[in-house]
Amino acid sequence: MHVTRRLILGASGSLALPGLLRAQGTAPIRIGEINSYTTNPAFTLPYRNAMQLAVEQINGKGGVLGRQLELITRDDAGRPQDAVRLAGEMVNDQKVDVLAGAYLSNVGLALGEYAAQNKRLYIGGEPLTDAMVWERGNRYTFRLRPSTYMQAAILAEEAAKLPAKRWVTVSPNYEFGQSGVKWFKQLLTARRPDVQFVGEQWPALGRVDAGATVQALEQMKPDGIFNVLFGPDLTNFVRQGNTRGLFEKRSVASLLTGEPEYLDPLGDEAPEGWIVTGYPGEAIDTPAHKAYAAAYRAKFNAKPMCGSLVGYALINSIAAGVTKAGSTEIEKMVEGFRGARFDTPVGPAEYRAIDHQGTLGVFVGKTALRRNEGVMTDWRYIDGKDLLPGDDFVRGLRPASAS
Amino acid sequence: MDSIIPQLLTGLAGASSLFLVASGLTIIFGVTRIVNFSHGSLMMLGAYIGWSILTRLPREPEWFVLGIIATVLATAVIGVLLEVVVLRRVYRAPELFQLLATFGVVLILQDVTLWIWGPVELPLSRPRWLRTAFDVAGSRLPMADLILIIVGPVVLGLLWLVMNRTRWGTLVRAATLDREMVAALGVDQRLLFTSVFALGAGLAGFGGALSLMSASANLHIDLAVITDAFVVVVVGGLGSLTGAFAASLLIGILQAFGIVLIPKSTLVLVFLVMAVVLVFRPNGLMGRPQADAREALVAAPVVRPAPRELRLLSLATLLLAIVAPFFVGDYYLTVLTDACVAVIFATSLHFMMGPGGMASFGHAAWFGIGAYAAGLLMQWIGAPMPIGLLAAPIAAGIVAALFGWFVVRLSGVYLSMLTLAFAQIVWAICFQWVELTGGDNGMLGLVRPEWARDERVFYWVALALTVAVALLLRRALYAPYGYALRAVRDSATRARAIGLNVGWLRMAAIVIAGAACGLSGALFSYGKGSIFPTYITISHSVEALLMVLLGGLQTIAGPIIGALVYTGLADILMRSTDLWRLVLGAVIVLLVVAFPEGIAGAARRLWLRGREA
Amino acid sequence: MSVLVVQGLSKSFGGVQAVGDVSFAVAPGEMLALIGPNGAGKSTCFNMVGGQMPPDAGSVVLDGKPITGLGPRAISRHGVGRTFQITATFGSMTVRENVQMALLSHRGKIWQFWRPVAGRYADEADALLAQVGLEAQADRATGVLAYGDLKRLELAIALGNAPRLLLMDEPTAGMAPAERVGLMQLTRKLATERGVAVLFTEHDMDVVFDVSDRILVLNRGTLIAEGDGASIRTNPAVREIYLGTGATSGGH
Repeated sequence: MHVTRRLILGASGSLALPGLLRAQGTAPIRIGEINSYTTNPAFTLPYRNAMQLAVEQINGKGGVLGRQLELITRDDAGRPQDAVRLAGEMVNDQKVDVLAGAYLSNVGLALGEYAAQNKRLYIGGEPLTDAMVWERGNRYTFRLRPSTYMQAAILAEEAAKLPAKRWVTVSPNYEFGQSGVKWFKQLLTARRPDVQFVGEQWPALGRVDAGATVQALEQMKPDGIFNVLFGPDLTNFVRQGNTRGLFEKRSVASLLTGEPEYLDPLGDEAPEGWIVTGYPGEAIDTPAHKAYAAAYRAKFNAKPMCGSLVGYALINSIAAGVTKAGSTEIEKMVEGFRGARFDTPVGPAEYRAIDHQGTLGVFVGKTALRRNEGVMTDWRYIDGKDLLPGDDFVRGLRPASAS
Repeated sequence: MDSIIPQLLTGLAGASSLFLVASGLTIIFGVTRIVNFSHGSLMMLGAYIGWSILTRLPREPEWFVLGIIATVLATAVIGVLLEVVVLRRVYRAPELFQLLATFGVVLILQDVTLWIWGPVELPLSRPRWLRTAFDVAGSRLPMADLILIIVGPVVLGLLWLVMNRTRWGTLVRAATLDREMVAALGVDQRLLFTSVFALGAGLAGFGGALSLMSASANLHIDLAVITDAFVVVVVGGLGSLTGAFAASLLIGILQAFGIVLIPKSTLVLVFLVMAVVLVFRPNGLMGRPQADAREALVAAPVVRPAPRELRLLSLATLLLAIVAPFFVGDYYLTVLTDACVAVIFATSLHFMMGPGGMASFGHAAWFGIGAYAAGLLMQWIGAPMPIGLLAAPIAAGIVAALFGWFVVRLSGVYLSMLTLAFAQIVWAICFQWVELTGGDNGMLGLVRPEWARDERVFYWVALALTVAVALLLRRALYAPYGYALRAVRDSATRARAIGLNVGWLRMAAIVIAGAACGLSGALFSYGKGSIFPTYITISHSVEALLMVLLGGLQTIAGPIIGALVYTGLADILMRSTDLWRLVLGAVIVLLVVAFPEGIAGAARRLWLRGREA
Repeated sequence: MSVLVVQGLSKSFGGVQAVGDVSFAVAPGEMLALIGPNGAGKSTCFNMVGGQMPPDAGSVVLDGKPITGLGPRAISRHGVGRTFQITATFGSMTVRENVQMALLSHRGKIWQFWRPVAGRYADEADALLAQVGLEAQADRATGVLAYGDLKRLELAIALGNAPRLLLMDEPTAGMAPAERVGLMQLTRKLATERGVAVLFTEHDMDVVFDVSDRILVLNRGTLIAEGDGASIRTNPAVREIYLGTGATSGGH
């Protein structure tokens, strides 16, 4: 049907009225993006900036399938129920072709569930939970960023190289924190049967009692500390830990701490020598990344954050998926996104057909102080595909209905 | 255990920072009877202002002290502005409306702070002397902790001196005991209230500025702090400074040891403490019973049957609602379904809060229990939607009965705070017990049966249930039970004297309200297809309060109007601007100032103009 | 036979005896006044009979049934009506509805969720209101009533559960002198007609001597005199506490 219409229009192109042409053949492809703009602005505002940059660049090169991209964003106020309602608005009212977005894992899962029940395509950018593509994965949901598992896996690999044997964990007490600790323990123990986990701390998300937590960890006399705290919790934890000497002569492996969103606020108190996952930002000197960073700076007069990378890659991945599908018809897009390859400023990636997980990679490195600011050093980029478990393992996790 | 002393010192430092925030809140409450939701926002402003000032000053200790003093003065001025511009206009309104106004202020300040200081958290780069530590019992005690440990008792001492050695303090204490009496003495109440607000805000700013020693200025401070501060104030006894100090110590120290002994207890611990204290001491550790009988009489006008015009209007609205699916698009249909849920949510709260006189700050708990009951039944035995919708009110009703047993003994703000504590405990269980509830990731795949897949059909189901619940609740309110419930609210003394069982009547109201609310939770979950702990957050409970108060407490139509207005307003604002919190907050404040009796109450007043109530 | 028999009632607060070994009885249709200076223990006595406060020792027997230590609700169910020093009525209801509530409660019809209150026992309520002279105000909001009318409404409510005993704590407090006598005359009439025993406390001695059949005088928690108006008026012990040693009059 769609094809036919395009053929007819193509054949009679010179005769068609411009208005008609715009209404049908080149109507923009609409991306409906929902995110926590008011509750997590530190991440989402640079992210939205980069999305706009990507849309501009793609449209400047003629768009996708000859159509312009159009981005519509909505604030979910950090509540999955609002995200679901807005997804309905995007689909039914704004007539978007692709749903995208989410920062929080639960919002991502809620949107994924909406996509599955209503047979719409949803591309999650940032949510980290493994459930999104594994246990709760479905046919209509894709996810760009490396998951909790992938981030924990690379840290476990690095931690295994250390002499540390007595490990403790500190993590916000909710699903993300619990999965992070679970995978790290499992993967580290698999590589190093001689390590033992001698204690754990579970501060409530966003309200860490850092003094008491640090004191409690100190009492456990660990060799290594695995940290999943982030944001204001992390700032608080690091300061107390520095002052009380918790990190002295100890190894620390820390999830996400290398992201500028979390590392920058630590200022001159950024810890040194932590093994972290994150994003080295403008220190990446590949031509692709340099061009991207320059364009971002030129447009927003700010340095690109990790959120910016995610937003930029998200839009590019959507463009690639739709191009590969050759259509904005939902089922065709699902097939098109499966195995769709796309370029990101940090390297090529693809949406795996097996579980819809993007293979955008992870930067792992060590923290250090440069001119009173925390940076990542000795970093390397690991392609996401090398961080994922075997196909059989993944197939076992993913529900049959998700194919 | 060689960690006792360091852990104790850590607890003391925590207690001091709790006290700094709680002291201001309790003083403000004692004198003005305002439950100031925006107190956390004042502390957040203190942190941000402190950051702005301190980053511009030299880093020596004396400059640090100077910067802190400047911050305290600045937040005190903001407190004065707040009092003069907003709160002064709503003192005459019933207590809860003031709470509503302060919540509007919270929303406004969130966006204002974001606009001024930006989204990134701002830690103060600590001067070298603040990074030092002292060796105590084999551990290091940071300078910041030492400062806090000293500052807490010093502030308590200074406040004690002010309260007991100055004329102003005597007035404040007198006003805390009996506000009317002080008014009768010819004291300038405006000046007293404004100055009390300045002091309270200054203390919050002090707490915020000192928090920079270990934490950053960030946009989450306000709500994180306000719940803790409420807990401390309530545990200590409303209006009692020494009580607040004792409660801070109790909670700070329990927290410090609790996380060593039971690391996963972090979230529920404070609320458990509050629940236990309130069960055994209904007025907190050092609080006095509140004399609120005088206000109750004035606040409640006679409930009369709805006039014919209103009935016709309701009928017309209902007819419109029934045929709406033929005219509106799919999206607006889901908004209408949400509105139905909101109507049940609000009318059920109104049932216990209006006629029952029990203002719940944790109404979302029943909403969540209904939702999770439906979700768990689906997960365990694959229960379909009709079973889920049936089980939800039953489960919520049963849990409400258990909680109600503790709740009915309390009154006023203590009752509200205990409901808040219970809701937080329920939320913490849903948020942290990942194995049972899926935690933060929630429960997915709550599918509707084939016949209800269509949005229109589901909307009609929701509408039918909503109308049924609203009519049943209304019916009960005009029946002897509803009158008896109102009788208990109007005068518990008289109610007992004519043989009414006050406890059971209130208990039944909680169970009925809980069950109805549970139904709305399940309905909502089937509408969204998934269940999350966010259904049980404080802000969701506050939404229920907003709807009821916006509509008006004194009429049965009030909560319905409030639910519709709030749902519509929130939906439109959230989709049209990133600054929706600012606009929503401003609208709330304006409505409270313009219609202190709610929209329906104002309409009623206009309608009744010239007739006797 | 007496409606109310009180024996050896005692109560202490923190070691200080508020009421000690007080005994008395009230017969049907009798009006018994409980008087004494401030702090004499009248209210404590009253609250122990009415169930607001459990006694340390002693017994309260109503119509042969012990009600010692029961709560106010249970005591109300046993047939005790009560008015309060500060009026307690249901402010969000009309005058008639206030009385209807008492009637519904008395008939055990409170736990009903369906049939509306409107019209139920309305005639009976109106009859009670007529007895206290409030029939014209039946449809008004309670909140707009004059204070004297509120007191009369309380009386009508108290009669709603067909009490055997009426407890009236300072029934005329806050009223104009002319109204006081009117209200107590009304009570007197109702007590006689219905055979209700009335126990009341009162500050206004004119009222006390005017309407009471018998007077009990409490001082420092103990009963110091008992008798009719004439004998109390001349009792030297009573004169002493009310008038001091006789030299200086407090003017009460």
